[in-house]
Amino acid sequence: MEQKTKILAEDDKQELIITREFDLPLELLFKAYTEKDIVEQWMGTKVIMLENKNQGSYLFETSDAKGNVAFIAKGVIHEFSPERKIIRTFEMGNTPFPVQLEFLDFEAINKQSSKLTMHIIYKSVSYRDQILQLPFAQGINMAHNRLQNIFDKQN
Amino acid sequence: MNLRRDVFQAIADPTRRAILLLVSTQSMTAGAIASNFDTARPTVSKHLQILTECELLRQVQNGREIYYHTNAKKMKEVADFIEPFRQMWEERFNKLESIMKNYPNSVTSKQKRKK
Repeated sequence: MEQKTKILAEDDKQELIITREFDLPLELLFKAYTEKDIVEQWMGTKVIMLENKNQGSYLFETSDAKGNVAFIAKGVIHEFSPERKIIRTFEMGNTPFPVQLEFLDFEAINKQSSKLTMHIIYKSVSYRDQILQLPFAQGINMAHNRLQNIFDKQN
Repeated sequence: MNLRRDVFQAIADPTRRAILLLVSTQSMTAGAIASNFDTARPTVSKHLQILTECELLRQVQNGREIYYHTNAKKMKEVADFIEPFRQMWEERFNKLESIMKNYPNSVTSKQKRKK
């Protein structure tokens, strides 16, 4: 099966690029990033704050099964250009990882499909590599559990 | 034997990750590596042994000294561990796609519940 999500992470660079093509019109793809309710569903997190504007900010909290906040994601939205671009910072609360800079470009491929390009810049090469390779053994399990929970709720 | 898992376990330890980062910049002796850590020398030796066993590090004899090098081929496999990260995004984006294909139904049903 073709992998729809591609990641370009060149050696010794403190950046990476995630690309994904969606069978969705550009309008809907962008909405998935701006409507709290939708963000909550696909990110599997609680959206405490999401200000879709230049100089806005956001705060997401993810709780474990017991309701304790297990993960905090926060940042400022530097630029917000509807259906075109979001430039924001991203920081994981309660971790030693420094803030990262994210450029999200949204573009239409045709009327039914669209493309997202996420360009992420890290503080250093080693921080990038650590975030990429290491904590995700744990993170991925959390993601799996979360998906499982959503799945269980739906059935 | 599941080699992949062994490598995963090897890099799961923060000290071993630090050792790999250190040695990836230049080959070093065990003593030189240990001098970068507060950890006791035998503990560092144990870490080096594990990293060598799973082939992330190679030992190269140079006169009386043994130098540790990173094994580029194996490190490449570690780089392929980007895969879990990629999969995480793949799953998120798949979910995004399926939710938005049902839009606006996917929103209204939940908002109704809230009210």
